[in-house]
Amino acid sequence: MSVLSVKDLHVSVETEQGTKQILKGVDLEIKQGETHAIMGPNGSGKSTLAYTIAGHPKYHVESGSITLDGAEVLDMSIDERARAGLFLAMQYPVEIPGVKVADFLRTAKTALAGEAPALRPWIKEVNGAMKALRMDKTFSDRNVNEGFSGGEKKRNEILQLELLKPRFAILDETDSGLDVDALKIVSEGVNRAQESTGLGLLLITHYTRILRYITPDFVHVFVDGRVAEEGGPELADRLENEGYDRFLTDTSVA
Amino acid sequence: MTVVTPEQHGLKAHSDGGWDASEKGFVPVQTRSARPRSFEHTDFAPVNGLEAEWKLTPVKLIKPLLDDALDGAPYAIDTDAPEGISVEWVARDDARIASAGAPEERASANAWTNFEQALAITITGEEHSTVRISRSELGNTARAGHIVITARAHSNGTVLVESSGSALLSENVEVVVEEGATLNFVSVQDWADDAIHLASHFVQVGRSATLKHTIVSLGGKVVRVNPSVHLSGEGADGELYGLYFADAGQHLEQRVYLHHEAAQTRGRVNYKGALQGAGARTVWVGDVLIGPHAAGTDSYEQNRNLVLTEGTRADSIPNLEIETGDIQGAGHASATGRFDDEQLFYLQARGISEAEARRLVVIGFLSEIVQKVGDEQLEARLHTAIEAELEGTIS
Repeated sequence: MSVLSVKDLHVSVETEQGTKQILKGVDLEIKQGETHAIMGPNGSGKSTLAYTIAGHPKYHVESGSITLDGAEVLDMSIDERARAGLFLAMQYPVEIPGVKVADFLRTAKTALAGEAPALRPWIKEVNGAMKALRMDKTFSDRNVNEGFSGGEKKRNEILQLELLKPRFAILDETDSGLDVDALKIVSEGVNRAQESTGLGLLLITHYTRILRYITPDFVHVFVDGRVAEEGGPELADRLENEGYDRFLTDTSVA
Repeated sequence: MTVVTPEQHGLKAHSDGGWDASEKGFVPVQTRSARPRSFEHTDFAPVNGLEAEWKLTPVKLIKPLLDDALDGAPYAIDTDAPEGISVEWVARDDARIASAGAPEERASANAWTNFEQALAITITGEEHSTVRISRSELGNTARAGHIVITARAHSNGTVLVESSGSALLSENVEVVVEEGATLNFVSVQDWADDAIHLASHFVQVGRSATLKHTIVSLGGKVVRVNPSVHLSGEGADGELYGLYFADAGQHLEQRVYLHHEAAQTRGRVNYKGALQGAGARTVWVGDVLIGPHAAGTDSYEQNRNLVLTEGTRADSIPNLEIETGDIQGAGHASATGRFDDEQLFYLQARGISEAEARRLVVIGFLSEIVQKVGDEQLEARLHTAIEAELEGTIS
């Protein structure tokens, strides 16, 4: 069984005010098929964890390790991490002018599989996945994320999740900016991906809303760059009622 | 009236003149349409390379075209004129010649003085048809060329001129789009590495006529193409596109002038370029002039450059002059930059290698213009040509 393991991770970023410490010793272990929710107030380091795992060059790992089945992820380039089975659904996916969704998906699939997918079954699979996410067919002819609405961008991320079939996926605030219908469609897509591939999920969210549609096995509360509390799904319910106030009283954030 | 004296530290006379105009008793050219014009080579002073018009151009390399007598005889072309379009060599006194404009600089005037016959392309058919003209055997003789394209009233056609091989050529291209006509003109400069090509395009777009004008410059040592487009008839529509890819040691220049003369005209200018390798050099100057009679004008121009390696230089100079307040809109934009790291991150995060991600981003960047060409065969060839250009950097 695959395991993604984060150990004592310390991460900083360069800001205009100098080096800023964001993650101050994070430990996490996600097994295949599990769903972990990471919750926490703004600025607690949730997204930093997501982008550090994916390998964004902006984040500097000071110490600690991230391993995927024992292999050190921090030694891998961004694309090697993806080929090892990691996927990040981004909160703000960028536009890639002049690159059509269809070409992009096929290029990504080819890169991950090491060979181009057979055309006919691939097109069928793409069309099927788009239909399930209620995406119009004309989507594949549009340039990646160009002129997409917020909801379309999120669907496009989940479309990739379903088609590229990673072993572990990090969803960075996929729920933000979605209305309830779009949230349901996107959540269904995530659940489908998990059922069909046994995906391990790391769900990063500020709100408990998405947890009504994607049930977490574990909930971790992030405060000031550390996991402040861990528990089962009942912890999310408690946060829904109480908010993050009780974590903030004894930190500088408040 | 007192003369302005440059007292401020470092302040000196601008090379374009003007600050000391009252002292010297001259008025510099104030507006783009006021530049002097002549068909005679000798009416333009020898070029020293400091003139506003020439200061970004490697004038040493183009000297024969500026100063020497040029061979103005017809050259070999390959074409397949369909019904509705004629292609012929015509004499200097043909009525179509000198109907679109006159030279504004010395190399252009030199070509005009020296050309013997003009290549005349005339579109009469109302059903859309396409003519392809290719030329590849110009050789290293210093030549003068002249092309005159006439889209007769209500005609509809595409003219593709593709240049390859060696060349040392100064030429003028006249384009007249008559009332209600639709013309798609694409000029592709994919010359050999030693080629030197200077071109001035003079374009008149008539009443309710539509022009799409695309300049693609990929190959050649020095390629300088300056389109001057006049939206002279009411309701004229001009879309001016450009695509260029400069490698090490290449100089690719384009000075675009779009003049909204008549009312209710619409203009779009969009040039995109990529630069790679030591000494790769591009120049884009975009002058848009909205004249006093051009009420209801809708105009936008932009230039984007993508810098792929160290050691390149891209000049991008947009200018917008508006002489009437009654317009729909006018804007300009220019940006020159490296790869967007976030785009590369996004693609790499999907398993795509860095090299492949860069290739995708560049091709995507340029394909916005390729998609405007409006001819599938040529679009496919341009995609292949851009891929070949990229082989150089990304491997």
